[in-house]
Formats: sequence, structure tokens, C-alpha cells
Amino acid sequence: MLIYEISLATVVCINIILAVGLNLITGYCGQISLGHAAFYGIGAYTTALMAKAGFPGPLNLLAAMLLTGAAGTLVGLTSLRVREDFLAITTMGVGFLFLGIVRQQESLLGGELGISSIPSFGLDKTAFLILVLVLAGLSAAFSFFLKKTWMGFAFEAVADDEDTARLVSIDVSSYKLAAFALGTALAGLAGGLYCYFARFIVPDDFGFITSISILSMVAVGGIGSVFGVIAGTTLLTLMPEFFRFVSDYKLFVYGALLFAVMRFAPNGLAGLVSAFFEKREIPAGGPS
Amino acid sequence: MSALLDVKAVSVSFGGVKALSNVSFHVEEGEFLSLIGPNGAGKTTMLRAITGVVASQCTDIRLGDKTINNIPTHRRIQLGLALTHQIVRPFRSMTPLDNVALAVGHRRVRRILRAMFSVDRTLERHRAVELLELVGIEMHAHEPISQLPLGVLKRLEVARALALKPRLLLLDEPLAGLNHVEAGRLADTILRINRNGLTIVMIEHNLGEVLRVSRRLVVLDNGRKIADGLPSDVMRIPEVRAAYVGKEELNAAS
Repeated sequence: MLIYEISLATVVCINIILAVGLNLITGYCGQISLGHAAFYGIGAYTTALMAKAGFPGPLNLLAAMLLTGAAGTLVGLTSLRVREDFLAITTMGVGFLFLGIVRQQESLLGGELGISSIPSFGLDKTAFLILVLVLAGLSAAFSFFLKKTWMGFAFEAVADDEDTARLVSIDVSSYKLAAFALGTALAGLAGGLYCYFARFIVPDDFGFITSISILSMVAVGGIGSVFGVIAGTTLLTLMPEFFRFVSDYKLFVYGALLFAVMRFAPNGLAGLVSAFFEKREIPAGGPS
Repeated sequence: MSALLDVKAVSVSFGGVKALSNVSFHVEEGEFLSLIGPNGAGKTTMLRAITGVVASQCTDIRLGDKTINNIPTHRRIQLGLALTHQIVRPFRSMTPLDNVALAVGHRRVRRILRAMFSVDRTLERHRAVELLELVGIEMHAHEPISQLPLGVLKRLEVARALALKPRLLLLDEPLAGLNHVEAGRLADTILRINRNGLTIVMIEHNLGEVLRVSRRLVVLDNGRKIADGLPSDVMRIPEVRAAYVGKEELNAAS
């Protein structure tokens, strides 16, 4: 593979980890988050600082996951107080808060210039791609497994109707916090991998636009569906690379797609595919 | 017999409106108690105060020997309460079977880490089918919620509440919106469940069914308790008749 294809595939895999994480929070547990990029950033900055301090790569990735998961749990506490639109605005605020801090903090986090000359993970580009690919596969497998467990069952109830979930004895608060912890830990992992991939990070990598892009990937693929999210992420990550027009008007295209999905196919690609198969199963002349 | 539920001096205000003022009552083990009264009397608010969905002031609510008024809703359910809604609230993303299976497996979701590693739903689904059979809607087990008529959803509420294996079942107008035959059948089912030993508190406007199945009535009006006793005695109290039939009509009749 050429260098270009390798880096493209690496970015796709990193985005899949990010999107699968957001899908745990928004898709499974029904808690909207417009600040996912902040957790991506916390993971990246943690990894960058630890790598520059000389700690080994695997340890840094683990630390990024734990620290980001802890930060995510803290932010998740707001979801116990506010719901839906208000939660969207609060998490958006968390995203801007993160940006504000990393932009202003110059001595440690490098301010606007970010952090550069981050040491390598110690693998060549192909081996690193395989690592990222394996981790993306594990993340997807984990979230697929989670949907089958009783935890996934409880998430479904919380997403559907919180008050009724309480009435079947579900501790709604703990489940929401768990969704935030797991989903943001994955964002932390993605951030750490991105840090080792780019070896140079600036605040803008983790801005509001990134949050919206991840949300678009999840929504276009199909909120709640692991396969849908993987397809949506791959599609939206590759589109700007293959079509010059999309690259020039990336936000416009993502916005239009997000709108089209919400308006015409709220279950995204996954919903369209399953609707297609359901239609074929109904024999001719069946119920209209 | 001993009191299974003991409610002391419950008051609930919404803004400046007093929905309940200083209401006390108790429920004996194995009893079938109906909570009746005109619209807006505070019956639903009472059930919501018992389950902790609304906050009540300076009160003492006991279930068995445990004080429950200071713990969150899900803990009260774990201690043995179950509630059905007046306006049905099924989990719309799930089939009726899974609605009930989730409640059957309520012990599995109690510890979050254990819930993360347990997958098998066979036992719970099996038990859920039995419960759907008990309320007579097993043929709808796999249909989408959005296509089911109200009568089925009303019975689904009951099946889901029973799945929690409660010590005390709170029913909020289980018969409302059902036709005569459906209402009679569901009332019979509920009565049978009570005869099998489950304590029940029911809110219901269908007086015919209420008088047929209840052993005791508590009457609320304007957020106050105005009567408490055997159905035949309670229905003779003029104040109860006035609250129900309307004062003008009663005056006109007398």
C-alpha cells in the first residue's frame, strides 16, 4: 500500500473508534452529545504529554482512555440534571470550554501552536495501521456485544423512556454515567491513536466542527446500529478525499446529509437497508 | 394481618396548588384497596408520591418495616413496589415480549457490572410469555407496539408490573378506555392475582367494577381523604355521594 492509502485507512479506523464511542452514548443510551471532540482532544493531549515525558506508547493509550473516561463521567453528571436539547447545549459548552483551555494554556499545552514533535509509537506506518485496525475492530465488537447484554437492554429502556425505566427498577443515573464513561473512554483511545498518527496536534483538530462531523457519521450511518455507524464513518471520511467538491464544501455537505437523514431517513443507512429487506419479504399483493 | 404499606401525612404541592394535604392511609397484607374520587382529587398524585415520582412534604411512607420516602424511585421498586400507568407507557422500541422480559430480569440490571457481562435472556423471555398468557395477550408478543390497540397495551402494563414480582401492586386506572367486556375480563384477572396473595391498590373510575372487586375503599376529594372503609359503608356517606354525583344533583334529588 502507498503511504497515502495507509494514512487514509488509519484515519478511517480512528474515526470508527470515535463514532462507535459516540454511538454508545447517543445511540444506545439516548443521551445527545455535541462535545465528543473534547474527549477526543483530552485523549490526544494526555497521550502527547505522556509521550513527550518518555512514557511507553501502550501505557499512554491506557492512561488516555482512563483519564478521558473519568472526564466523561464528570460531564455525564450533567445528563442527570438536564435532558435532550439542554444536554446538547451543555455538552456543546463543554466542547468550547476544552478549546478555551487548550488555546490559552501555553506553557504546558502549547496554546494555539499545539504540541509538535511527539515521539513515535515505535511502529512503522503499516504496523501502526494494523494496530489501529485491530483496536477499531475490538471497539466495534465490544459495542456489538454490549447491545446483546443486559446492560444494552437497560440502555435501550433508558433511551426509550427514562421515567418508565425507573419504574422497572433501573438505576437510570448509573446507566447514563456508564454510557458516558465507556463512550468517552473510546474517544480517549481514538485521541491517543490520532496523536501517534499525526505526531502534531493543535486545538482546532478537536473543535466543534469535529464534534458535528462525528455526530454526522453516527446519524448518517444509523443511530444505534454498529454496522451502520461503521459504514457511515467510512463513507463520510472518504468522501472528501475522493471528491474535490466535497473537500471544498465539507461542512456544507455534512450539514446537508445530516439534514436529509433526519428529515427523510431518521434511522440512517442502517434503517434504509433493513427497510429494503423487509419490503422484499412481504409477498406481492400483501398489506399496503 | 399487618400493614404492608403505611402512608402518613402525605402533602404534595405543585407551585401554589395543593394536590394532596395531609393524607394518611394504610394497606393490609393481601388486601384489595381501591382509591376513588372525582377527577383532580389527587389519586394519581398519591400513587406518584408513593413511588417517588413526585416529591412529597413532611411525610412518612413505609413499605413493610422500611421507610421509603427518602430513597429514589428505582430503589423503591427494588423493595417491592410496582406501578401501572393510567396513560400507557410501553417501551416503544421493544416488542411486548421484551417489555416484560426486561422487567422479569430486573435483578440482572441491578448491578451494572454484572449486567455488562450477562447476555442470556432465554429464562426471562420464557417467564415473559407466561405473564403475557396470564393477562391474555401472548398472541401479540412479537408485534410492534405502535400497531397494538389500547386494550392490549393496558394489559401489557399489568404484565410488566407483575414481572417485577412486587409485594404491592399499584394500578392507575387499569380499566379506563376499555370496553365493557374487556374491562370485566381484566378486572377478573386482577382479582385472581389478588386472590393468589398479591396486595393491590387500584385507582379506578369504573364504580361497578370497583365495588365488585375491592375489599376496602379510600375516597379522596380535593386532595383530602374524606372516607375510608368497607365499600358498602363508604358509599352510604353523603359527602362521598356528593363528591361523586355532584352537590347540585344531590340537592335536586333530595
